[in-house]
Amino acid sequence: MALRTLVTRKALGNSVAFRQQLRGLQTHTLPDLPYDYGALEPAISGEIMQLHHQKHHQTYVTNFNKALEQLDDAINKGDSPTVVKLQSAIKFNGGGHINHSIFWKNLAPVREGGGEPPKGSLGWAIDNHFGSLEALVQKMNADGAGLQGSGWVWLGLDKELKRLVVETTANQDPLVTKGSSLVPLLGIDVWEHAYYLQYKNVRPDYLKNIWKVINWKYASDIYEKECP
Amino acid sequence: MSRSAFCSSGSNLVPKTTEALNPLNRPKKHHYLNGRQRTNLYQKNHRASKVLAYYGLRSPPYKLDALEPYMSQRTLEMHWGEHHGGYVDALNKQLAKNDLLYGCTLEELIKVTYNNGNPLPEFNNAAQVWNHDFFWESMQPGGGSSPILGLLQQIEKDFGSFTNFREKFIDAALKLFGSGWVWLVLKREEKHLAIVKTSNAVNPLVWNDIPILNLDMWEHAYYLDYKNDKAKYANVFMNHLVSWNAAMARMARAQAFVNLGEPKIPVA
Repeated sequence: MALRTLVTRKALGNSVAFRQQLRGLQTHTLPDLPYDYGALEPAISGEIMQLHHQKHHQTYVTNFNKALEQLDDAINKGDSPTVVKLQSAIKFNGGGHINHSIFWKNLAPVREGGGEPPKGSLGWAIDNHFGSLEALVQKMNADGAGLQGSGWVWLGLDKELKRLVVETTANQDPLVTKGSSLVPLLGIDVWEHAYYLQYKNVRPDYLKNIWKVINWKYASDIYEKECP
Repeated sequence: MSRSAFCSSGSNLVPKTTEALNPLNRPKKHHYLNGRQRTNLYQKNHRASKVLAYYGLRSPPYKLDALEPYMSQRTLEMHWGEHHGGYVDALNKQLAKNDLLYGCTLEELIKVTYNNGNPLPEFNNAAQVWNHDFFWESMQPGGGSSPILGLLQQIEKDFGSFTNFREKFIDAALKLFGSGWVWLVLKREEKHLAIVKTSNAVNPLVWNDIPILNLDMWEHAYYLDYKNDKAKYANVFMNHLVSWNAAMARMARAQAFVNLGEPKIPVA
């Protein structure tokens, strides 16, 4: 995987990323999936995973880098109107990159533990706060299905209050926009591109099935790190 | 049961599409030109529910396969049948529970439920029903090319040239974040045409402007045909789908409400 990024860097040459690196600007790259595109079948089809990763997420990364470069230019020139104008593009594309990077880690093939309920402190906290894992799943499914337009439904941890929360965000807004102390444990993408080719307009079916490949191990790790 | 407290046409007992309440009607089926494929699940729910239909699902003014190959029949079936139809059904269910809103025209309902930016739950469904009705009529088989006569003149006046307008329209479609719509509107106060982007279900009626054309940029509108290629979809819309006839008719009607300039009075 590292070799592939090396080769693509060389091939980029005069491109945005190369120039950004010259100026010391952090470039963002599309993270690799820790599993094959088809590994999450039948919950999420390989076609969707490939499009979602290679087209949608890549577009967010590319546009994020472009917006950051434009921002850097504007800051250096003292061009305040442009600095402010770029904020929405940065929020959208940067948010898209952040959210999807978390999303890929939130999913795992069944043979690697996808769908296995959380044990340890996270499992206990879920039972404590929501009553049961089923109750949490139902709440997240209801919130996700009810979200109008595009967005995400999150299981988050308020690290100051040490409490679990279920939140939704619109478009590509990251979870922090709903509270600066919120840490995302699990995010489910309810944009139509995340399920349309397979589930068409039946978002509730997508939400019901995605739990079969949710990687609770990752969520538990984050939780244990924040609440030792 | 009080008449609608909000709508000026509260005395109007008849809902917008009379076919829906016609007692001689076939049991609770919408009136449509071409056979709409209903899923079995839908039919089961439909027989079980006793919802009175306040609004009906209006069919597009062409057959569902008429826009091929630019917009597939499969997309039309899903988009019109399931999405648009779903909004109609959801709206009817909501209105059955809240008869304070009964008696409005759809446009009034949208303005009232928008509630100046703090929308009531009915807004989303009402606005999406209207937006989709408008969308089907903004397209035609053999669409595309460009407007003529007065609309073309107005576009050239407000955008410089038709090419410039077209570029700006497609650009707006690509720069829209999330789900939403792109509109060509006639702004009532400023008395000129403009391109406007709206999120989710919002439409220019809430700002009292007059829509002339719209383009659905929700992913469900293009995903089956174009996957993530928004640029191709927007270009195809402009080149092959957009109905300038509909736009010109709407523009002519709009000029009854907005005075765009001095009338050409022939000198005797």
